[in-house]
Order: sequence, then structure tokens, then C-alpha cells
Amino acid sequence: MEIEPPYLFPDYQATQLRAPRHAPTRLPDEWFHRTPGPVFGRIAVRPEDADLTRQHQGEPLGERIILSGRVTDSDGRAVANTLVEIWQANAAGRYLDPVDDHPAPLDPNFTGAGRCLTDGEGRYRFVTVKPGAYPWRNHTNAWRPAHVHFSLFGPALASRLVTQMYFPGDPLLPLDPILGSIPDPKGRELLISSFDMETTEPEWALGYRWDIVLRGRHATPAE
Amino acid sequence: MRPPTPSQTVGPFFGFALPLVPATDGLRVEGQVLDGAGEPVADALLEVSRDEHFARCRTDEEGAFHFLAPDVPFVNVTVFARGLLRHLNTRMYLPGESNEVLERVEPDRRHTLVAVEKGGVLRFDIRLQGQDETVFFL
Repeated sequence: MEIEPPYLFPDYQATQLRAPRHAPTRLPDEWFHRTPGPVFGRIAVRPEDADLTRQHQGEPLGERIILSGRVTDSDGRAVANTLVEIWQANAAGRYLDPVDDHPAPLDPNFTGAGRCLTDGEGRYRFVTVKPGAYPWRNHTNAWRPAHVHFSLFGPALASRLVTQMYFPGDPLLPLDPILGSIPDPKGRELLISSFDMETTEPEWALGYRWDIVLRGRHATPAE
Repeated sequence: MRPPTPSQTVGPFFGFALPLVPATDGLRVEGQVLDGAGEPVADALLEVSRDEHFARCRTDEEGAFHFLAPDVPFVNVTVFARGLLRHLNTRMYLPGESNEVLERVEPDRRHTLVAVEKGGVLRFDIRLQGQDETVFFL
């Protein structure tokens, strides 16, 4: 199953001048797995960082959601106490980032950045609002499906992961060249969360579940 | 074995969200991230790590970055950017340093991994594509 995106994917235009043309130099797997990942203790994590709806005076607009899941490695072991960072657009599809010039409103009650540490069983949980879709200039009438960016460290340099989580049933998913860069449809499905009644809280918020698998000792990255 | 979760680009809008982590001590390294046309990459995020040392910095509108590196033969450098569907792993070696990883690299590309000393500052450019393309590891 070919589930890693290629470096060069011409439909995603920004890859054209940024993808290396040389194949990566392959190191023995042990090199990456033995190399400890970055020590991230210098990024402070406060309990309130996991609730993106309580970082301001008032509550953000949008559909309140609970995003949770479990982080394991590809050998099936829980990845405990690892830093999970997320960032996203607000419910209108606008990022707080100064680079974002999409003419949709900012929400004074929403930053859109959160972080937490996984617990002893590798579980994480965020409260946020569902991000909106937004246009980008990759091609005519291009729109990104709603997504939440995730960054995880794990124990080794090989386990570092930056990716995006999508929402089930989004009509923009089949049109998106970033998700579509993943060759195997089963690989794309790995980035789509599931709506989950079990974590949905009555009279409060919808639950979405998304499990994350970091490269473990026996996973060889595809070129 | 469970398939690892696929990678996606960091995109252009991480700046407001991912805290930068300046190193407090070390050798000053300056450089630029350049694309295949030789143009600056103004929205790259770099992580520099080695053992207990970790720094996170980003490029400015000239594609320029700087960080402090520990005084050891090499540091790991990870590059994230819009247009990179997967992050790139490379290494920066100090001038005159080598080891078995550097020796695995074709001799005519090794220089892309070695910093150059210029007026008391180390210079290390990252070329994502094209002439003098930096060697990336997998």
C-alpha cells in the first residue's frame, strides 16, 4: 500500500519548485530510529491549551467539537507523553495567521492553536470548533476541505509527523490535491476522522475520533 | 504492523500557532532556504536537534534563518514548508567534520551538508531543488 505522498505532485503546484529531484539518501533504519527526537520540554503545555474554545473572554462561533484519539507506533505500542500540536482555521475558514488574506471574518474569541501531551496510553483530547473550508490559489476555484493540522514528535527522529486531519463526508475531499497526493485511497482514509457518538457530549459538543500511528522501529519509509 | 499515518504539508499558516524555540547557547549559524529557481522560501520551518539540544526557527521574506547550534560535529535539521508534502531530513556538519553518514553521500554532493565559516559566523544554505541541491536523508 503506497500511503506516503510523493515529494513531487504537480497538481499541488507548490511542489514543483520545492520537491527535491534527487532521491533521498537512504540511511540504515537504525540510524533514524536510534536518533532521539527533539527534546520538546521547552514548549510549555498548560492544561488550557487543549481547549481552544476557552482561550479568550468569550466563546468562539462555530460548531463545538471534541477531537480525540490515540497515538501508537506502527508496532502497536502506545506513544505516551508526547507533544501534540494542532492549528486550524476558524469556523469561517480564516486563520489568525498574518499571511492569510482570505476575506472571511476573524473571530476575536478564537486563536486556533492548541497543544497537549498524550497520556500514559497515548490518548489525546482537544475541544475546539469545526474549521471552515477556505479558498486557495492552487488552481481555478480551488478550496481546501476543512482540516486540522497536527504535529507530533514521538520518541525518535524517524517518528516526527506533521499532517492534516479531515472530516468525514466532506464533498471537497475528492477534489483536494493535497489529500489526493497520497497514492492509495486507503492511505487517504487514514487522514479522515470518524464521527463518534461515544465521545459526543449531550447538549454540548460533537465527537470526532482520529487515531494516529507514528513510524516505529520496524517501519521502513517508502521513497 | 499498522501503517503509519501519512504526512501532509505544514502549509503556509503555521506561524501564529507553532511556538519558535530559540536555542540559548551555541555557535551562530545563518543561512537561506532556496527553491529550484533559486528564489527564497519565505515560509519554511526548521527544527535543529541533537541529543538535548532543540531549536525551532522559521525563514523570513528573504528565506533567511539563523539558529544556535551546539559545538558538536553535526546537528540534525528537519525542514517543513508549504509545497513539501513530507518533511525533509538533513544534517549540518561543522567545517572539517565527517563521519560514516557523510561518507555514504556521493563525494560531489557532500559539500551541501557542511557549513562554511565566514567572519566568525557559520553559513549553511538549504537548496530544496536544482543545482547544489542539499542532500536529504530517509
